[in-house]
Amino acid sequence: MTPDLLSYPRLAPGCRLGENNQQRVLLMPERALRLNGPSLEIVERCDGKHSVQQIIGDLQKIYSKAAPEKVEQDILGYLGLLQKERALDFIPANATEA
Amino acid sequence: MNELAPNPLALIAELTHRCPLHCVYCSNPLELQGRRDELSTEEWSRVFREAADSGVLQADLTGGEPLARPDLVELVRAARAAGLYVSLITSGLPLDEARLGALVEAGLDHVQLSLQAAREELANDICGTKAHAQKLRVLDWLKQHRVAVTLNFVIHRRNIDQIEEMLALAESSSAGRVEFANVQYYGWAFANREHLLPTREQLTRSVEFLKRAEERLRGKIRIEFVVPDYYAKFPKACMGGWGRKLILITPSGDALPCHAAQVIPGLRFGNVKERSLHDIWINSEAFQKFRGEEWMQEPCKTCDRREQDFGGCRCQALLLAGDAAATDPVCSLAPQRSKVDAILAKIIPPSAAETPAKPNWLHRPNPA
Repeated sequence: MTPDLLSYPRLAPGCRLGENNQQRVLLMPERALRLNGPSLEIVERCDGKHSVQQIIGDLQKIYSKAAPEKVEQDILGYLGLLQKERALDFIPANATEA
Repeated sequence: MNELAPNPLALIAELTHRCPLHCVYCSNPLELQGRRDELSTEEWSRVFREAADSGVLQADLTGGEPLARPDLVELVRAARAAGLYVSLITSGLPLDEARLGALVEAGLDHVQLSLQAAREELANDICGTKAHAQKLRVLDWLKQHRVAVTLNFVIHRRNIDQIEEMLALAESSSAGRVEFANVQYYGWAFANREHLLPTREQLTRSVEFLKRAEERLRGKIRIEFVVPDYYAKFPKACMGGWGRKLILITPSGDALPCHAAQVIPGLRFGNVKERSLHDIWINSEAFQKFRGEEWMQEPCKTCDRREQDFGGCRCQALLLAGDAAATDPVCSLAPQRSKVDAILAKIIPPSAAETPAKPNWLHRPNPA
């Protein structure tokens, strides 16, 4: 299950960023995921305003020493994981242009 | 931080034992606490702050029925202000649209709504009251709010064959998550066990159906399935290990390592009216008793799985083997496994056993 590059990921209802003991976490029903470095950069952009493509572009700039294809692969993998956890909704490109 | 006692991650706040439902498998103890023993709004608010300071991320507001507390909106606000993720574990009674709106406004993150079956007649029989129609109304109202929704079905021999209809109900709702949790046999469920245990054939059919459904609904609805551990080969990692992840506070403030811990004779619990939550978590006798591996007997003591399942459930060991430190008898390696097998050998298919007559349930009462 690979997310559509042109869609806009947004945290699903009841999923939000939290913090405890200086550790950022993604809170959701019955679960919490620790967020560090790239995972935090990704989740902070899952606001319905950044497309998957834009998130990839942003992180390729931030992590410019890493191979761009590797960054893209990792991001798609992580978004897929969050989708499986039901932590993300993907708004189709045409739905936001209206 | 004590290496044996990592931070608790979740607080299970049993706000009250009062409940309009009378479910035959209720997880509350047989001795229910009454209203006058309940912690006050201020006491709960302090517990939420202490929990967050100890590293807790999630507060599950449960009961009984948490909606029976007139101060529930305030409690949600207090838990959220403390920095916790707030879940409401509810039957949906007594609730109206305005109160649901106020709860969401106060910061409620997640509603877990219980349903007893897919069909009204059976659902109402299980919970001993006419609740099903109201639950369907609540499901409808939830569609209007930006809040996570979980449907929780407690599964047993009488409703397990309706599992397809239950899933269809979940698909027609705004739930992102659905739990099919087989009854765990403690307290009220232990007393009603012979009317609740499914047959192995029933269980196998449901597992196969849910595996296919999980594939189909991936990314849409997360399906959680809890098997009845009497049929398992290895025990469940009860509460994620004793005193490792979860702390439960009873309506009167006792701090328990698990729902059923009060069945263990001689175990002394700290109370949040007298001690801080952090002190109780680290130092109280009840939390230390079965933390780590020191207390283990063979075969757990040298078993490769001891860090995965922590020897299973202490309360089940007490109930079935008469010794809370024994290997959970549901484990295929346990010396007392034959007791579980003997119970399963007596299970007959529901069609032969109880149609059309209703079983002689023991329903839980509503404490004053």
